[in-house]
Amino acid sequence: MCDFHLSRRGFLKSAGTAAVISTLPVSMVELAFADPEKNFTFAYISDSHIQEMEGAKFVRNWDRGLIRAVAETNLLNPKPDFVVFGGDLAQLGKKSELDHGAEMLAKLNYDVHCVMGEHDYYLDLGKYWSELYGAHYYSWDHKGVHFITLNSVLTYDEWTHNRWPTEMQRMIEMAGLDNPNGSPFMVGEKQRAWLAKDLEKVKKNTPIVLFSHSPIQKIYKGWNFWTEDAEQVQELLQPFDTVTVVYGHVHQIQYNQIGNISFHAVMATAWPWPYPESYAHAEQHMPKLTVPMNRADPFFERDATGWQLIDLNSGRVAMRYNLYNNTNRTVRYNPATNQPEDDAYQQPESRVAPQIHY
Amino acid sequence: MKKRVLTISVGLAAVLCALVFVNLRVSRADEFTKEDLDRWNAEYMSVVKQGRELWTSGTLGTNGVACAQCHPNGANTHPETYPKFQQQLGRVVPLRDMINWCLQNPLEGKVLEANDPRMVAIEAYLAYERRGVAIDPGKH
Repeated sequence: MCDFHLSRRGFLKSAGTAAVISTLPVSMVELAFADPEKNFTFAYISDSHIQEMEGAKFVRNWDRGLIRAVAETNLLNPKPDFVVFGGDLAQLGKKSELDHGAEMLAKLNYDVHCVMGEHDYYLDLGKYWSELYGAHYYSWDHKGVHFITLNSVLTYDEWTHNRWPTEMQRMIEMAGLDNPNGSPFMVGEKQRAWLAKDLEKVKKNTPIVLFSHSPIQKIYKGWNFWTEDAEQVQELLQPFDTVTVVYGHVHQIQYNQIGNISFHAVMATAWPWPYPESYAHAEQHMPKLTVPMNRADPFFERDATGWQLIDLNSGRVAMRYNLYNNTNRTVRYNPATNQPEDDAYQQPESRVAPQIHY
Repeated sequence: MKKRVLTISVGLAAVLCALVFVNLRVSRADEFTKEDLDRWNAEYMSVVKQGRELWTSGTLGTNGVACAQCHPNGANTHPETYPKFQQQLGRVVPLRDMINWCLQNPLEGKVLEANDPRMVAIEAYLAYERRGVAIDPGKH
């Protein structure tokens, strides 16, 4: 497995894949796979926050982000096996916003698996989203990998059902990232029981890739870079040899390794978020492993937003961030150190000045 | 005659001294009370609160986008670094020029005058969220 991983890495280096992706759509490359049955790619688009201004008028900036990600993903060659949309398709969970977003996503020439975000959920508790995309949590198998999607943005029943006079107020209270009236995300007992049962039939050496909207780890509670029952979910995953969690919500590059579990965050197509350390009063725990993305330049509308192509290399994720006004980055699992690492910037001396956040 | 003049002079001097003394008592700058401090802080915090409301409001621009969508808790605005050379504008600017840039671009709205109470409130809010951080003008 290691040999294959390394030889493939060598191939990718010589083919200059990262450069090719950045020059889409004119240049394409075929990737050679030692065992095409075992190795494959998929694309990940997330956090589009389609926002209605009034009657069928939507914020142009966020629309453009999703339109661009869909168009570029359609041009990938070789074609990814499927696309995951990582949640927060809408800004305020409105039917008009979900419909407008769904219309853009429908242009993808691939199967799409969707993850629930809090901006999709808290207006009608995911009812209309379900009409479009089905179950809130589910699993499937693909080429020997077990995929799981969780709805990790649930919270306490009292907050959800008894606190707010209207559904729209509940939505607005949860939509404000820094709103102290919000509530911590959680997977919840019912879904954890489902997960435990789902994993019963999975062999311990089967690679597992789990998608959630919030990080299944605790980084900063104030902005819900957080899942309240993260440890309990991690405990269910730790017995497996190869586990990767891919999450949205944070609108920035993050990665981490906890035991057997590799964590990767994905970019938003809408806008980037500051790292929690930029808030002077945040008690935050950014994974030490993470080399931050460059500070966003607001004068480039799409800077620090983007989408990503994921290689599943013998069950391990190589995350290629396609960044629009920035150098593309790749974070991949390094078997020698048993953790995800950035191809270019992992060593402190190789980092660039804009990666310093304050 | 001389004695009378002297008496008047002494009397005048005493009155002047008394006046100066009273005056000093009234105009001493360092005499304020805990009540004063509480009131002044409450005044400041009420403007901070207005700033927070504007920061999270979708009505400051024209497209419903709020400042807080990209800048939760005012993060990544770095008020302690202004005035600074804003490389994209090619000149040294105060923070409010960047606030106005955001109002015009991501929020698709109009600029606020420097003395507009809403601009003052936004500046007060951003400074409050950044309290405790050393000022560092010009920093990038």
